[in-house]
Amino acid sequence: MFEEYAEILIGFIKAFAVGGLICAIAQVVINFTDLTAGKILVIFMLAGVVLQGLGVYQYLVDFAGAGATVPICGFGYLLANGGIRGAENGLFGALTGALSSASAGISAAVIFAFLAALVFKAKSKKN
Amino acid sequence: MTGKDRENYNKNYIEYVNSFAPPTKHFKNCIRTFFVGGLICTIGQFIRIILEKAFGLSGDELAGTTSMILIFLGCFLTGLGVYDRIGRNAGAGSIVPITGFANSVASPAMEFKTEGYIYGLAAKMFVVAGPIIVYGVLSGSLVGVIYWLLGLA
Repeated sequence: MFEEYAEILIGFIKAFAVGGLICAIAQVVINFTDLTAGKILVIFMLAGVVLQGLGVYQYLVDFAGAGATVPICGFGYLLANGGIRGAENGLFGALTGALSSASAGISAAVIFAFLAALVFKAKSKKN
Repeated sequence: MTGKDRENYNKNYIEYVNSFAPPTKHFKNCIRTFFVGGLICTIGQFIRIILEKAFGLSGDELAGTTSMILIFLGCFLTGLGVYDRIGRNAGAGSIVPITGFANSVASPAMEFKTEGYIYGLAAKMFVVAGPIIVYGVLSGSLVGVIYWLLGLA
């Protein structure tokens, strides 16, 4: 029982450290290059795709759990993983696998953003 | 004033402005980013554990539901105007996690609702998320095709 709790606690610490570190790396990149948020998101997502394509990112996910899947590189990891898994079922699977594995995230973003836009009014940027 | 003159003038002006701006506090910035980003990931881990232990989810369903809940939280907090306030101080700490992706979808959707539901809300929704999906699908499918060609999968 105690060991189980300790394991969960260590999981939190790992997630905090790795997730924080990925964000800190992004901040360093922003500080030194003045890239906009959109470009940072695309670059980090592509980094996740490339790392998973090389089979590296899986180790980070196994190690840090949500610390590796919650940052946007985790989205890239998901896309690459879908493509790789789809490739087992031939070319069709390889082409469709990426987007179908990301469908949960994209569907949620579209649905909840639409609902938010219906319910809430945009606040002015000043306050 | 054209060409090189103008370039020089702009450069001098930027240097002049920079000489008055306070030096950016890189280190403090990064620490704050680290804590906010780490905290969001820890919340993600918390949701993951709850879903795993209490609802018995696993594998793709677990990962998908976790990110859906985080995206919901991101959109909800964006709607309340809380997320932008966090983002002002946290920099990349609030941009890089998936909640930042949700924010980048919900924020323009809310802002451009006044321009109509089709060319406003729906079109502007993908101002930031669109490139991510475009390059994500391109690169993800490319990885899949490479694995298929090499027969690695």
